[in-house]
Amino acid sequence: MKFVHRVLRYLFYRVIVRLVVLIVLGLNVRHRERLPAKGPAIVVANHNSHLDTMVLITLLPARLLDRIRPVAAADYFLATPRRAWWAQNIVGILPIKRQRDQPDEDLLAPCYEALEKGHVLIFFPEGSRGEPEKLTAFKGGIAKLAARFPTVPVTPVLLHGLGKALPKGERLLVPFFCDVFVGETLYGSEDRDDFMQRLEAHMATLSREGRFPLWS
Amino acid sequence: MSTTHIGVAVLWSLVGLFVILITATAIYSVLKRTRPATDFTEIGLRIRSWWVMVSIFTLAMLLSRVVSLFFFAFISFLALKEYLSIIPTRRADRRVLLWAYLAIPLQYFWAGVEWYGMFIVFIPVYVFLFLPLCMVVVGETRDFLRSAGTLHWGLMTMVFSISHVAYLLVLPPAGDSGAGGAGMLLYLVFLTQSNDVAQFLWGKSMGRRKIVPSVSPNKTWEGFLGGVGTTTLLAVLLSGLLTPLSLPLAFVAGLLISAAGFVGDVTISAVKRDIGVKDSGNLLPGHGGIMDRIDSLTYTAPLFFHFVFYLYY
Repeated sequence: MKFVHRVLRYLFYRVIVRLVVLIVLGLNVRHRERLPAKGPAIVVANHNSHLDTMVLITLLPARLLDRIRPVAAADYFLATPRRAWWAQNIVGILPIKRQRDQPDEDLLAPCYEALEKGHVLIFFPEGSRGEPEKLTAFKGGIAKLAARFPTVPVTPVLLHGLGKALPKGERLLVPFFCDVFVGETLYGSEDRDDFMQRLEAHMATLSREGRFPLWS
Repeated sequence: MSTTHIGVAVLWSLVGLFVILITATAIYSVLKRTRPATDFTEIGLRIRSWWVMVSIFTLAMLLSRVVSLFFFAFISFLALKEYLSIIPTRRADRRVLLWAYLAIPLQYFWAGVEWYGMFIVFIPVYVFLFLPLCMVVVGETRDFLRSAGTLHWGLMTMVFSISHVAYLLVLPPAGDSGAGGAGMLLYLVFLTQSNDVAQFLWGKSMGRRKIVPSVSPNKTWEGFLGGVGTTTLLAVLLSGLLTPLSLPLAFVAGLLISAAGFVGDVTISAVKRDIGVKDSGNLLPGHGGIMDRIDSLTYTAPLFFHFVFYLYY
């Protein structure tokens, strides 16, 4: 990453995003100490808003910033040159494809490489901000990734409220206090179904910790 | 830093606040050491949060009147945000909520320019009529009344009521008191908060008979009456220093603040019980959210304001 981009990225996350998150939004973070303090690590969260990534990055230690990579869909984030520049240099995404070009292509290959370099991946297994039809395609991805790196900690995070503050398709940010509940770390195993069940159980435990008001 | 805008009496009272905090911290340390079996964690957290709150409040009061107004506007913002985050809201109302937030800077601006007529009707009349219009433009009728009603209740308590604290600050000195509006602000805020503490301590030490068991099971008659007594005594003692109130009027102000503070407290408790949350947030460790701290003030601020406004302005 170029020095200029590193500086811009630092200013963006540690100053602008932080101020917005602290003053406009306000976070209710539970079990923050469970977040990874070093790489390689995988943070897994539910996905409802562009703010999800921003909030998670501000909560992770500042010294890790250069190594935090939100895993994001290449087809969306690299669609236009301007968006691609922003996503790659400032947000710092790790672009992955959602469709295979060859039948034996492993779409997760960029993630393997990043974890080997000690990076912290932010992974949204739903695949998209609230489009359930894309859920299955990525659902297994995290289990596959964790199985390949059984010693890398996977930290589940439940986010609530960010989808109210800035849902998909909206430009106006409306202030809401948002909940960030960090779950207990788990590790991948050969039995991917077992891993998915454990991950979902962790998320279910977290959702029982809060009481979320109706929003429809 | 010029502190002439608040006067000597207010300055000494602010020093007094820190003396109280130091005393409370000392008592807490002694109790913690002498009674290792008892759990004082929550009290410790509460005292620590009091240090933060009193420090920020003092700084906001000392810097300038404009900073103080921004401070109370920000309190209203945090409280309204907390309220809107715990109640059910509609996606269709996103824009309407933004308009509601916009009422905060305007309401405090009216206070800042001392436009009393606008200050007193803006939220109860104009905002009250305008927000449902916005909702009609959006066009979603499902849960329309619930949404319009809850939103207005939030604005009335968290913004309109609390802004009366700020308006006290811009009032010119009245009677023979040199302390002016800042003195009355401090009088109101200190008595409201100490009333909460006094009710809590009286209730903890001798509470027996429950006063509103279905709303707030920990509140007792002993706590309530102990609070009224303590607060009224403090109101009479401090009136000469901070207000133009004569002793009989200070006695009435003490009764008013302690009784209204109790009602504000249990009203917000009823709201939280309705929603099903114990605390409105976790901004202030030991206390809960900002709403948990200013609940009493939503009742005492407008009532005390109109009490002195009727008497002197």
